[in-house]
Amino acid sequence: MAEIDTIPKTKKELWLKRMKPYFEDLNHTIDLWKRNLLAVIGTVIIALFILTAIFAPLLTPYSPIEQNMSVKLQAPSWEHPFGTDQFGRDIYTRVLYGSRVAVQIILIITFVSGFIGISVGIIAGYYGGIVDDILMRITDMFLAFPRLILAMAFAAMLGPSLVNVIIAISCVMWTIYARLARAEAIKVKKQPYIESIKSIGGSDLRIIFLHILPMSISPVLVQITLRMGTIIITAASLGFLGLGAQPPSPEWGVMVSDGRTFLIDQWWISTFPGIAIAVVVLGFNLLGDGIRDMLDPRLRR
Amino acid sequence: MILVLFGVSCIVFFISHIIPADPVSAILGGNAPEEAIEKMEEKLGYNDPLPTQFYNFITGAVVGDFGVSLRTNNPVMEDIKRYFPTTLELTFLAMIFAIITGLTLGILSAVFRNKMIDQISRIFSIIGVSMPVFWTGLLLLLFFYYKLGILPGAGRIGFFSSPPDHITGMYLVDSILTGNWSAFKETIVHLVLPAFCLGFLATASIARTTRSSMLDVMKQEYIMTAKSKGLKNSVVIIRHALRNALIPTVTIIGLTFGSLLGGAVLTETVFSLPGLGRYITQGLLSLDYNSVMGGTLYFAFVYSLVNLIVDILYAVLDPRMRV
Repeated sequence: MAEIDTIPKTKKELWLKRMKPYFEDLNHTIDLWKRNLLAVIGTVIIALFILTAIFAPLLTPYSPIEQNMSVKLQAPSWEHPFGTDQFGRDIYTRVLYGSRVAVQIILIITFVSGFIGISVGIIAGYYGGIVDDILMRITDMFLAFPRLILAMAFAAMLGPSLVNVIIAISCVMWTIYARLARAEAIKVKKQPYIESIKSIGGSDLRIIFLHILPMSISPVLVQITLRMGTIIITAASLGFLGLGAQPPSPEWGVMVSDGRTFLIDQWWISTFPGIAIAVVVLGFNLLGDGIRDMLDPRLRR
Repeated sequence: MILVLFGVSCIVFFISHIIPADPVSAILGGNAPEEAIEKMEEKLGYNDPLPTQFYNFITGAVVGDFGVSLRTNNPVMEDIKRYFPTTLELTFLAMIFAIITGLTLGILSAVFRNKMIDQISRIFSIIGVSMPVFWTGLLLLLFFYYKLGILPGAGRIGFFSSPPDHITGMYLVDSILTGNWSAFKETIVHLVLPAFCLGFLATASIARTTRSSMLDVMKQEYIMTAKSKGLKNSVVIIRHALRNALIPTVTIIGLTFGSLLGGAVLTETVFSLPGLGRYITQGLLSLDYNSVMGGTLYFAFVYSLVNLIVDILYAVLDPRMRV
C-alpha cells in the first residue's frame, strides 16, 4: 500500500514531485540568505531604492525641476529635510527623483552590455578558432583602457547627455561579461552531451540557444549583479565631470557637482545626493556579495 | 601587446573621428564665417580622407607625436610630459596607502577570521568601494580644509612656495633628489587627502582578495607541517602563508591600478591637481581632439605596461608559472 501512495496520481502531483529538488534548493537558498545579515540589509536597501523610484511623486509635494527663488539655499528643516539648492529646489525631492534616473541607467546599461557581452562571449567560446581570436582581441583592446577614461571619451564625443552616457558605459562594460561567458561556453562545449546533440544533427543555433546559453548564463548573471554598483558610480562620475546627464536633470552626480561651489556654507547640496549614491551602491555591493556567497558551492554544502 | 596598442589607437581614432562632434565650430564658435571654418579644417587636416588622417595619426603616435593641442597650443606630448608626473605621483601614493592598509586588513581578518576585526575590515572595505571618489573627496575637503583647516585644499604645493627643481616632474622625487625638504613636506601635506581618497577605493579589493587567498593557503597541509615543526605563528603567517597568498593579490593590485588611473581623473578634478586626467577632461569638454587622443592613448599605454609588469611579477612570485 505504501508504494501506491507514493505513485503520483494527478498532473499536479506529478509536477510537484518533479519540481521537488528545485523547491528544496530554493528553500536552502532562502535559508542561506536569512543567515547572511549583510545580504538582507542589501536586499532591503535595493527594495527601498526601487520603491522610491516607482513612487517618487507620492513621497514629496515639490517638483524636482521647478525653481522657487524665495526659498533658495535653505538649510535642512522640517519643510525641506535635505535643504534647498541655489534655485530653491528641494534637495530631498531631487534625490528621490534621482533614483528614477539611476534605475533607468542601471536597467538599460545592464541589459545592453549584458546582451553584447553574452553574445560575443558565447559566439567566441562556441566557435573557437579564428572567430574566437578576432572577438577576443577586440575585447582585449577595450580592456586596455582604464574603464572610466574610455567611458569619458565615448560620452564626450557623443555629446554629453543621459542617453549618450548609457551608450558610453554600455560600450565599456560588456568586455567583462564577454570574457566570462566565453570561459563558460568553452567549459560547456566540451561536455559529451553537446557532441551527441551534434551527432544527431542538431544545428549550431539550436545548440547555442538551447544548450550552451542556459548552461553558461548563471555566473554571468551573478557578475552582472555585482557590477550594478559600479554602473551607478561610473554614471555619476560622468555626471560630476560634466560629461554625463546635464542640469537640471536630478542625476545624483550632477547634483553633487552643482553643490561644489556652495560647499563651504551650504554643505547639504552636495552631501545628500552623495549619500544617496553611496547607500544605493552599498546596497548593490552587499547584495552582490551575498549572492556570490550563496552560490559558492563550498558554502552550500 | 603591440597588437593591442594598435587596436587601442584604432578605437581612439574611431571615437574621435567617426562620431559626429564638431571641434572646428567648438574652437571658432557657432557663428564663424564659412571661410574661417574651411581654413581651420584645412589646417587641422580634417579635409583629408580618413585613411590619410589615420595614417598620419598612427605614424605620429609611434614616435610620440600627437600633434598640437588646440586648447593650450603646445604639442600634446609636451603637455603630457608636464601633467603626467602629477598623476603618477598621486596614483603611486594612493597605491602605497592601499597596499599597506589592504594587506594589513586582509591578513588580520584572515588570521582572526570571523572575529571583531574581520567584521570591521569587511564593513570598512565595503564602504570603501561604495563611496563615489568625487564625493569622498569633497567631504574630506569640507572637513579637513574648510572646517578644521589643518590640511591644505587645492593644488600640488603652497601658493607662495616654489616647486623643487625639475628633474622627473614628480615633486616628491625631485625634492628628495635636490634635498629641498620644505618642498617635500609641503607636497606631502598637499597629497595626503587626494591619496587617501583615491587609495580608499582600492583598499577594499586588496583586503578582500588577501583575506580569501590567505584563508585558502592556511588550509594547506604545508602550513600544518610548518606549525607542527614548532615555528612561531608569526613566522608561519609571514614566511609560509603570505608569500603564497600574495599571488592573487598581486593580480588584483595590477587590476586596481587601472581603476586608480580612472579615479585619478576625479580626484584631480576635486582637488584641482594639474594632472593628466584633468587635462583630458578639459580637453573633452572643449573638444580638443589631439590632446584627448594623445592623453587617452597614453593612459592606455601606461595601463598595458602595468599589466605586463604584473604578469612578470607573477612569474617571479610563483615559480610554477615560469616556463
